Amino acid sequence: MASDSARAADRIATVAMWSVALLVTAVFLWLLGDIAWHGLGRISWEVLFTAPRNAGREGGLAPILVSTFLILLVCMLASLPLGVATAVLLAEFAGEGRFARLVRRSLDVLAGVPSIVFGLFGNAFFSKTLGLGFSILSGGLTLACMVLPILIRATEEGLRSAPREYRLGAAALGISRTSALVHLLLPAAVPGLMVGFVLGLGRAIAETAALIFTSGYVDRMPASLLDSGRALTVHIYDLSMNVPGGDRSAHGAALVLIVLLLAVNSSAWTIARRWQGRSLLHA
Amino acid sequence: MSRSSRNDALLVLALRAAACVAGAITLLIGAFLVLESWPVLREVGLGPFFHDDAWHPSDGLYGLTPMLSGTLLATAGSVLLATPLGVLSAVFCQYYAPPRVAGVHRRLIELLAGIPSVVYGLWGLTVLVPLIGALHPPGPSLLAGILVLSIMILPTIALSADAALASVPADYWRGAAALGISRWSTIRHVVFPAARSGLFTGVILGTGRAIGETMAILMVCGNQIRTPRSLFDSVRTLTANIALEMAYAMGSHRSALFVSGLVLLGMIVLLVSAAEWIGRGRMHG
Repeated sequence: MASDSARAADRIATVAMWSVALLVTAVFLWLLGDIAWHGLGRISWEVLFTAPRNAGREGGLAPILVSTFLILLVCMLASLPLGVATAVLLAEFAGEGRFARLVRRSLDVLAGVPSIVFGLFGNAFFSKTLGLGFSILSGGLTLACMVLPILIRATEEGLRSAPREYRLGAAALGISRTSALVHLLLPAAVPGLMVGFVLGLGRAIAETAALIFTSGYVDRMPASLLDSGRALTVHIYDLSMNVPGGDRSAHGAALVLIVLLLAVNSSAWTIARRWQGRSLLHA
Repeated sequence: MSRSSRNDALLVLALRAAACVAGAITLLIGAFLVLESWPVLREVGLGPFFHDDAWHPSDGLYGLTPMLSGTLLATAGSVLLATPLGVLSAVFCQYYAPPRVAGVHRRLIELLAGIPSVVYGLWGLTVLVPLIGALHPPGPSLLAGILVLSIMILPTIALSADAALASVPADYWRGAAALGISRWSTIRHVVFPAARSGLFTGVILGTGRAIGETMAILMVCGNQIRTPRSLFDSVRTLTANIALEMAYAMGSHRSALFVSGLVLLGMIVLLVSAAEWIGRGRMHG
């Protein structure tokens, strides 16, 4: 039987648990509430369609949203084919061989590389060595390297969740592995792929440090992918650190960013939960 | 049949090529960091980065120690603060909260995990820094950095802990209940030891995130280059240093910043290896 002191400890622990949960909730509400409270006054439809004026203190976000979208587009276009192909190889063809182990290990490290180091790399490789300069292309490709591990992990999970019978049945029918992949396994892996896509997108939208020295600061409307373009996150950073009196606009932009991210992340959870893969988000 | 097997071979070849590219990115990053830091490393070696008293790269002084101590102190502080909070919120979700509350709380932690660091930075800068400033001027400080970092890595630790606790066999729990052991004692003496390696992995992931975090810490820490003497002193971390100086760095200065990038990468490789080592221990029981 539990002694009195054990019962007291149990009661204290219960109180501590609920306090921690309340504390975390309170901090979260404080943060979101603060951004929403200061940002709402700065948000209107007009903001989405006009250019920033007076270093961003006034005016809108149009060129910044366009640049952000283009950076994300480059990022996903570059990382998707590479990520899916790598995931297919790891899940279906390479097994646990040495090559697969090496690739996995390398991806584990890649997943932990700090974003500022991606920024250094992107600046040295894409901007300087490949001669892309400060451009949307440099920024998008740098982000592509960054989201690759997330994309691969989720797609691999998706492929592994395809029933074994699919593979056995296909082999028994003498269907080539290529057609089995295209017609059976990839369709079965679509939810995993979508979760990976959306998680990667969320990570890319949230990124700042990797973009400062790759896609740059220019807040004009980009004319091509080789133009520098300022992402939403970089805009927030610049407004809050380098523009005196830019706080209000920074909150407005942060609110837009959070709403975008909430939309992206909640679609990831909806897909993941509708399909069994809770484990995907926690992998 | 032979055509389809040739297709299969082609497919595997193409997939292998893609995997090579994906796997080579890490090497490419390492290679470019070394390449860019080579000029200064060849000239002065790695020693001055840890021995020089000051950081004036354009005058040939490369002391990274103040930034290194900034990174280590901010990381240590935030891990110390976020680990108990993160693990306890996972315990809360698993064993204390009614299912619906647990679901909402989990969702909230996942939301926190997705908030961009620049938003945490903005909040820290406009809310926390003035509060700390009122308590003990000037405000931008190691303490502000630790607090913001703690909130940022808490979700990482909480979500891994949640997964680790979920994988503890339910029989352990029933056995303890049958022996009349209280809920908290069961958690402390049965559940925690059983979930140990998963909990450690989460803490290591959180540590990695704290070391690499740039924007939030840059916005709230004040960024003066000196070893902090108290929690209220301004600090500059390795990451913040790169972000602040890359814009205008040239020649050996730029090269020196890549050396600090290399140091960061080295820390992450060590942490990932540690996590892998612990993970392997888990497999072998």
